[in-house]
Amino acid sequence: MPESGAQVTMRVWRGDADGGTFEDYQIPAAEGMVVLDVIHRIQATQAPDLAVRWNCKAGRCGSCSAEVNGKPRLMCMTRMNHFAPGEPITVAPLRTFPPIKDLVTDLSYNYQKAKSVPAFKPGPKEADGTRRMYQEDVDRVQEFHKCIECFLCQTVCHVIRDHEENKPAFAGPRLFVRLAALEMHPLDTNDRLGLINQQSGLGYCNITKCCTDVCPESIKITDNAIIPLKERVVTEFHDPVVWAWRKLTGRKKVELPVTSG
Amino acid sequence: MSVEDRFETHEYDVIVVGAGGAGLRAAIEASAQGAKTALVCKSLLGKAHTVMAEGGIAAALRNVWKEDGWDVHFRDTMRGGKLLNNWRMAQIHAQEAPDRVLELEEWGALFDRTKEGLILQRDFGGHRYARLAHVGDRTGLEMIRTLQQHAVHKGIDVYMECTIQRLLTDDGRVSGACGYWRESGKLILFKSRAVVLATGGIGKIYQITSNSWEYTGDGMAMGLDVGADLIDMEMVQFHPTGMVWPPSVRGILVTEGVRGDGGTLKNSEGRRFMFDYVPDFFRAETAETEEEADAWYADKTKRRTPDLLPRDEVARAINTEVKAGRGSPHGGVFLDIASRRDPEYIRRRLPSMYQQFRELADVDITKEAMEVGPTCHYQMGGLRVEADTAATTVPGLFAAGEVAAGLHGANRLGGNSLSDLVVFGRRAGLHAAEYALAQSVVPAVDDGQVKATTSAMLAPFETVGGQNPYTLHADLEACMQNLVGIIRTESELEQALDEIGQLRERLARVSVQGNRQYNPGWHLTLDLHCARIRPGESPVQPGLATHPRPALDADRRRGCHSLGDRAQGESRRAHPRRLPGPRSCLRPRERRDAPRRRRDARLPGAPA
Repeated sequence: MPESGAQVTMRVWRGDADGGTFEDYQIPAAEGMVVLDVIHRIQATQAPDLAVRWNCKAGRCGSCSAEVNGKPRLMCMTRMNHFAPGEPITVAPLRTFPPIKDLVTDLSYNYQKAKSVPAFKPGPKEADGTRRMYQEDVDRVQEFHKCIECFLCQTVCHVIRDHEENKPAFAGPRLFVRLAALEMHPLDTNDRLGLINQQSGLGYCNITKCCTDVCPESIKITDNAIIPLKERVVTEFHDPVVWAWRKLTGRKKVELPVTSG
Repeated sequence: MSVEDRFETHEYDVIVVGAGGAGLRAAIEASAQGAKTALVCKSLLGKAHTVMAEGGIAAALRNVWKEDGWDVHFRDTMRGGKLLNNWRMAQIHAQEAPDRVLELEEWGALFDRTKEGLILQRDFGGHRYARLAHVGDRTGLEMIRTLQQHAVHKGIDVYMECTIQRLLTDDGRVSGACGYWRESGKLILFKSRAVVLATGGIGKIYQITSNSWEYTGDGMAMGLDVGADLIDMEMVQFHPTGMVWPPSVRGILVTEGVRGDGGTLKNSEGRRFMFDYVPDFFRAETAETEEEADAWYADKTKRRTPDLLPRDEVARAINTEVKAGRGSPHGGVFLDIASRRDPEYIRRRLPSMYQQFRELADVDITKEAMEVGPTCHYQMGGLRVEADTAATTVPGLFAAGEVAAGLHGANRLGGNSLSDLVVFGRRAGLHAAEYALAQSVVPAVDDGQVKATTSAMLAPFETVGGQNPYTLHADLEACMQNLVGIIRTESELEQALDEIGQLRERLARVSVQGNRQYNPGWHLTLDLHCARIRPGESPVQPGLATHPRPALDADRRRGCHSLGDRAQGESRRAHPRRLPGPRSCLRPRERRDAPRRRRDARLPGAPA
C-alpha cells in the first residue's frame, strides 16, 4: 500500500473516438483512497477536462466502471492499497464500448438491448386481492435484482469484447440476468424463451464465467442465470423426449422443470 | 435565422427534468395520460440518486402491524416535520403511499416478504409502527430499476446525459427548456406545454454529504428564475449516520435500517447516549430505559427506542457528544449492531452495509461497531407546490420529489422520501399532462431567452480569470460545512453570506480549459452558476448556496434548523402542538400574519 503522502503514478487514458494515449499524473496518496478519489484529484489539480462518469461513490449506481490495471472494476470500490507501492496504476475506459472521451464510453448498446426485453406481465391476483410470494421463492430473483448495471460483465464478455460483429446478435450477461429475473419471477406470465433462444444469442455463451468473476454485486451470473436459461431453452426446443411427447399428444406447452442453482 | 433552426429542437406536451423516482413516475403517468412525453436527465438512466436510497419506502400497508393506518403515518410525518409540513400534502402522501407501493409490485418489484407472503415492513426513525417496505438495504435500486424498466416500454423518449440550464417562458407560462448534451456540449431546445421538475436537492454544496455531483439545486434555481416560489430553504437535513473513516469515504450513507433492525448508538464510554437527548416533544412516546427500548422492537405497546428519534434530533445529539469529547477516534460515535444481532441476520438484512464497510473501511460490521457521524442528506425546502396537483405558481410548471417543498416540513422521516417520489411524481405527471393537453397552442419560444442562455453557457470558455472551478466548489463546500451546519449561529450565518458574496465574485473569473466535448470542468462551472452564486445577484436570493438568509429568521428555528444559542423546542412557538391548518401552506411572512387556529386538536393516533 502506498504510504500516506507518498506519490502515486496514475496512467490514465486520454483521448476520444479518434484515438488517444496514456498520460501520467503524479498524485499524493491519502489513507483509504479509492481510484475514483485519485481521478477526482487529477481533475481538480491537473486536468480539469478529464472526463469520467460517477455518481454514488459507494458501489450502488454502477457509473464509474473502468479497466484498472487491465481489470474491469468500479473505481469507487477499488482501494489504492490494493496495488503494490511504486508501480504505476493504469486506468482505461471499458474496451468493449466505443470511446467518447477519456474514461467515458458509449453504453447505448446496453440500453438498446434492454428495450428488446418484453415487459413484466403479472398473472391474476389472489382471491383476496393481494400478491402472495414467499421469501424462498423470491430469493433467487432478488439476487438478480441486485444488478447495478455497471456493465462490467458486458465489457469482459469475450463474445463481444473483441467482436463488434457479434453485438447485433448477442445481448450479453447483463441482459441474461435480466431475462432470468423475469423468467423466474413468481408472478410473471410472459413467454420469452423464443427470444432467449434466438435474438438474445444465449448460445454464444460458453460459460467461461468471466462475467461472474467481475460482478461487484457477486451475482452468480453464469451458474444462477445463464445455465438455468440454457436448460430451459434445451428443454423447450431441443429435448427429444419433449418433442416426442408433443408429437404424440399434440400439446404445444410442457411444464418446465423448476431450475435452481 | 431563428434559434429553432440553429439548434437541435424537439417538441413535446410534457418534458420531465430528472430521472430519479419522481421524474420516472411523472413521465410514466404523463405518458399514460396520452401526453407526448420526454424524460431528460443529467446522468445515464437508472443512476439518479434514488438508487442510493437504502432503508425502505414508508407506507401504512398494515402487513406487520394491523394497528397502523394512514392517520398514524400522517401523524408521524407531521410530528417528524415539527408541524411545519403542508398538512394536505402529508395527508395525500399517507393515504396514497400504500397504493403506490403495491403498484411497484405490479410492475415487477420484489420486496422482502412476511411469513404470509406479503410485503415485509421494517422499523425506522419516527415511525410508530414497522412501516417501511424494503429490499434488504437497497430499496432505492429496486424502485428505480422497476420504474426504469416500466418506463422503457411506454414510448417515453429519454434524453440521457443532457443538462437543462433554463426554463423558457412565454407571457408568464412555461414554453419549454433549453440545455446542452454533456457528451458533445451542443445546445438542445425543447418546446413543451408543460414541464415537470424532478431534479432533486442541493446536497453537493456541503463537504460531508451523501449526495452525488448531480445535487446542485438546478430545479430550484430554474424555477426561481421564472418566478416560482421557494420555501423552507434553510431546512437541510443532516443524516445522523454517515461514514466518518477513512477520509475519502466520509459522508457515505449508513442506513437508518441499522438502527431499525436493532443497532444502537454509543459514545466512547460505551453509553447509549440517546437516552439523554429525548426532547419534551417526543418524551411521551420514547422509552426511558434500555429494557423498554429493546422490548419495543417486538412489542409496540412499549415506547420507541430513542435511537430511532427523528433524524434532526439524533444528528444534534451526535454532534453534541462529539463536541463534548465523547466521540469515537475519528470524530464520530459508534453504531453497534454486532453485539445485538447475529452475523447471519446482519448480512441478510444489511448486505450493502456489510460490503461497504468491509471494502471501504476494513470493518466487519458483524464483529465490530461502525464509526458514524452526521452527513448532509436531504433538503426539505424547495419549490412551493399546490398539494393536490404539484403545480408551482408558474403556469405549466410542476415539481415533485426533493425539489418540491412542503411534505416534510422542518425534517423528513426516513422512508418518506421514496413514497414522496411515487405519490407526488404520479400527481405531477398526471396534472402536467392534463394541463398540457388542455392547451390549444404550443407557447412560443423566445429567441432572446435562448440566446442569453447560450452566451452565458459559453462565456466561461472566453473568461481569462484563472479561477479553478474545482477549487471554487471546494471553498463553497467548506463554507457551508463550517458555517451553515447542524448547529448555526447568527454570526456564522452572516459570515457565510459574506463568503458566498466573495465566491460569487470569483465565479465570474472562472476559466474553463479544453473544449465542449464531455468536459467536467465546464459542467461544474455551469452547475456552480446554477448554484445561484451568480455574479451580480443579490445575496438575499434564497437559492441554493444562500439558504443562510432565511435561516437568520430566528422565528423559524425548529426541526433541522437549529440556532446554537437556544435549545430546540424551548418555546411553544418553535414546537406548535396544534393540528396545523392552512397556515402551513403559506409563505413565512404570510404565515406570521395569518390568524392562528384556536382548536387544540389532538392528532390521530397519539398515545393516550
